[in-house]
Amino acid sequence: MSAESICSDAVRFSDERLAEIKTLVARYPSAQSALMPVLYMAQEDFGYISMDAQKMIAEVLGLRLMQVREVVTFYTMFREQPCGTYLLEVCTNAGCMLNGANELVAHMCDSLGINVGETTPDGLFTVTEVECAGACGGAPVVQVNNAYHEKVTPEFIDALITEKRAEGAE
Amino acid sequence: MAISSDPRQVKQICFDRIDIPHVNTLKVAREHGAYEFLPTVLKDFDTARIIDEVKTSGLRGRGGAGFPTGLKWSFVPRNTGKPTYLLCNADEGEPGTFKDRDIMRFDPHLLIEGMIMAGFALGVKDAYIYVRGEFLHEAQVMNAAIDEAYAANLLGDDILGSGYSMNLTVHRGAGAYICGEETALIESLEGKPGRPRFKPPFPAVEGFYGCPTVVNNVETLATVPAILKFGGDWHASIGIPNNTGCKIFSVSGHVNKPGNYEVPMGTSLKTLIEDYCGGLQHGSVPKVVIPGGSSTPWLTAEHYDTPLTYDAMMKAGSMLGSGAIIVMDETADVVALSRRLAHFYAHESCGQCTPCREGTGWLKRIMNRVESGQGTEEDIQVLGDAATHMAGRTICALADGAAAPILSMLEHFPEEVRARLVEKAA
Ligand SMILES: Cc1cc2nc3c(=O)[nH]c(=O)nc-3n(C[C@H](O)[C@H](O)[C@H](O)COP(=O)(O)O)c2cc1C
Ligand code: SF4
Repeated sequence: MSAESICSDAVRFSDERLAEIKTLVARYPSAQSALMPVLYMAQEDFGYISMDAQKMIAEVLGLRLMQVREVVTFYTMFREQPCGTYLLEVCTNAGCMLNGANELVAHMCDSLGINVGETTPDGLFTVTEVECAGACGGAPVVQVNNAYHEKVTPEFIDALITEKRAEGAE
Repeated sequence: MAISSDPRQVKQICFDRIDIPHVNTLKVAREHGAYEFLPTVLKDFDTARIIDEVKTSGLRGRGGAGFPTGLKWSFVPRNTGKPTYLLCNADEGEPGTFKDRDIMRFDPHLLIEGMIMAGFALGVKDAYIYVRGEFLHEAQVMNAAIDEAYAANLLGDDILGSGYSMNLTVHRGAGAYICGEETALIESLEGKPGRPRFKPPFPAVEGFYGCPTVVNNVETLATVPAILKFGGDWHASIGIPNNTGCKIFSVSGHVNKPGNYEVPMGTSLKTLIEDYCGGLQHGSVPKVVIPGGSSTPWLTAEHYDTPLTYDAMMKAGSMLGSGAIIVMDETADVVALSRRLAHFYAHESCGQCTPCREGTGWLKRIMNRVESGQGTEEDIQVLGDAATHMAGRTICALADGAAAPILSMLEHFPEEVRARLVEKAA
């Protein structure tokens, strides 16, 4: 990357990451194909994909900012805003709905004192509803930071909240 | 466990090794037959022979459309001077479907072997597996298996000294149902928003970066090793003519033992639900069965005995789709279900066709009203009209999928819908 880069240091990929990106780009006919995997890297490294990060990625892959923005905004799994330390994503589509997902969401929101889409004031939990997670045999399904939990009960949620709060208080 | 060469004995193909502990590792997979037949294919088979076997097998695409796989492969032009690409569709986003996940997380080498064989047949140098973004674990399992396969010279340059080379890369989606549609998948893999392309040209001729491209579902590709090992005739004699082989059914909803069950095609819906899934949670006959994923028309008790085949499901007025069977017993609220699915399709429409973008929005808003007791007789009229008019007038089939639950609800349960209208609810 050039020295006169417009981005702040906070959203720079490490040298290891840049090396990883180089290998990744070589796996595709064109660097643009590496955009989604690189966005995942940014999300992992910086927590979310800020406008600065998007500019930096456009520069690294030789794309226009618009090409990056289009993709960031099209896909629901790319986040432009920070979320809680624990992102609780509840599937409420058919299979899960038939097995108590709506009740589970209500319980979660009650216990945490927030609405769907919100983050607790301590920054620990965000609750969202998501579309079919592709694990309907284990309905209701909740993803906690990308890890699947199946046949989830209100008790499981309570235990999770208590445990993570205790960890957070340490 | 090993698949029987006698087709009458075959109960499972893709799930044959699924219960073996650690079969996701190359060592255990090889102890159970993985890659055993691959050297023979690379040495003794050629494109024509492989495509012939797959045609003879009667294998039809397991991703939803049921298109004959051998025929699809035969459409790929040869010697165009352009590379040919093989893309595995592991987007698995159709509500109710969760079968490809199990193949990937439990027996990733089966998929890899199927892709090497398909790639070899089509002269592919670079193949990709497009895995939905939520399946992070599955992508990691696939990647670990791919690393092992490279280390064992099953992937990469000069595979097993055959002179054939193929690279395989896992590519994660990022939460967009539409990317399961094959041309949207291609757009997405090119690093763009997943908006379906007009067809023709079909991907076989002009796909990934304008090059010949074959897109196949995970289950389709995972069936290839058995077909080549035992022969197309072997596969063709499992199931029933035109609906051959086994199929994985993902059963969810109001059954006692939801899960994935692979059974020979032609097994009846009732047998699957009662003998495999432990029956319904309440009552003895289902109120609704959605046989092929949320985009397929609903069946009711009247069709409980329907054999699970493409043809029989079509005859019953629905589709086998991806084999995602959503079961509802007498306790189900069909209005709430339709409302939820309407939200899904409105959220997932890519927005480039007006009938789909506007239509899914209408369906969602009206269903919100109807579910909350604010609907009117006129709303029912508009629901039916909007759903009828959006189907079949768009670039891709998402719009038809969005219309299906609404039309089914109106067809089978008009009284339940009317009972929710504002005058009645008062
Ligand atoms: C809206 C929409 C979503 C789809 N989602 C998937 C999917 O998640 N997985 C899949 O394999 N096919 C999906 N398909 C079907 C694909 O377009 C394509 O037919 C399939 O991947 C071809 O593979 P096959 O011939 O092996 O079935 C979808 C189609 C549509 C219209
Ligand atoms: S039918 Fe809907 S999802 Fe499909 S291309 Fe048109 S707008 Fe997009």
